[in-house]
Amino acid sequence: MNISGLFNYWVVMVLMMIGFYIVIAQPNLIKKLVGLTLFQTSVFIMYISAGKVTGGTAPILSDSFSLYSNPLPHVLILTAIVVGIATTAVGLSLVVRIKESYGTVEENEIHNRDKS
Amino acid sequence: MEATIHMIILSMLLAVAIAIVRIKDLFAVVMLAGIYGLLSATFFVLMDAMDVAFTEAAVGAGISTLLMLTALSMTGRYASTGSSYKPLLALGLVVFTGAMLIFGTTDLPSIGDPQSPVNTHVGYDYLATTPEDIDIPNVVAAVLASYRGFDTFGEVVVIFTAGIGVLALLMRTPLNTSAVASMRDHVVLRVVAKMLIPLILLFGLYVQFHGEYGPGGGFQAGVIFASAFFLYAMLFGLGAARKVINMTLVRLLSALGVLIYGSVGLVSMLNGHNFLDYNALAANPIDGQHYGIILVELGVGITVASVMIIIFFTFSSRSQNEGDSD
Repeated sequence: MNISGLFNYWVVMVLMMIGFYIVIAQPNLIKKLVGLTLFQTSVFIMYISAGKVTGGTAPILSDSFSLYSNPLPHVLILTAIVVGIATTAVGLSLVVRIKESYGTVEENEIHNRDKS
Repeated sequence: MEATIHMIILSMLLAVAIAIVRIKDLFAVVMLAGIYGLLSATFFVLMDAMDVAFTEAAVGAGISTLLMLTALSMTGRYASTGSSYKPLLALGLVVFTGAMLIFGTTDLPSIGDPQSPVNTHVGYDYLATTPEDIDIPNVVAAVLASYRGFDTFGEVVVIFTAGIGVLALLMRTPLNTSAVASMRDHVVLRVVAKMLIPLILLFGLYVQFHGEYGPGGGFQAGVIFASAFFLYAMLFGLGAARKVINMTLVRLLSALGVLIYGSVGLVSMLNGHNFLDYNALAANPIDGQHYGIILVELGVGITVASVMIIIFFTFSSRSQNEGDSD
């Protein structure tokens, strides 16, 4: 087992779990969305780390280099980032509508209001 | 040396994430999330992913922070301190899942291994065949717009749909915006912004049209271009910004980008090739690829920029109307 070769993945897993914890344990909806963003970014870091090639450079072809990192994860994550912000915006607008209907963005208070 | 820098940035990311969990002031949480985005953009540069770093810096540190702050202005700054949840149960679940995931990573090939499955199959092929098939230096742009044009088309449609979703949820008939700009009296900010806005627009165009030769392309250019309009709206007020931007036109543009992308695909079908096979666009296949990539990236750029503008303006005019009704 190679410790330095897997260190990035472990940090990614810890970051991912911190995001997951925020999503399940914090009642505030805005904070949940921030947690979801943390989770998402940690997945980005994981993909980009997997595409790194030791000694390689950015995948922009040039005569002075022969070794490049893998371009495929870059493409996938580049589009995922922009799609991510667009979906986060939809989430935020749902939160704004919830605030207007319920007067709060705390999940437990919303549940109480639904019950009563 | 390189590994040390990686570790420093990763531990800063960890510190920021832990701070986000603990802080109740949502303004600070959103600002920390912006820092988190900037740090991960730095990390992407170290991992040779220039295009990704570009996008993350514009989106994660810029636009996402801005949208969250606008939403906060409508939902309140502080999270409640009392939680009815059982944090220990959640912590237990998270620790267990994390331990399982980390156990799973021990089978993965180590990072940077050129022989790992990720780096040997299709990713390697793209690097090897791009010079003959497409002949542009930026392999990321080649894969994005040509080899994987279908995926990108789908993603552009998702972004367009998200723009429609935000409009459907938040749009109101605009009240007469007698908007008073909150930062109008900041002379320094106003002068600096006036000088910066043309440069930001110019840089956006450069990123758009130089995307085949260096890091860049429609996604990055779209967010950078849109941020110039956000800056204008923040400094001179929504009312002034609405005079500059015709929202009906922006809505049409967001659809136009998707239309350009789809039409390129249809034209290649009409020429007897597959959907989005740019070889059909010109007599010389390589020229066809160049035309196709430029057109498709233009479509992406138009849709991304106009959807970002739609999202921002819908959010902020909602919050302004709210202020009026109070």
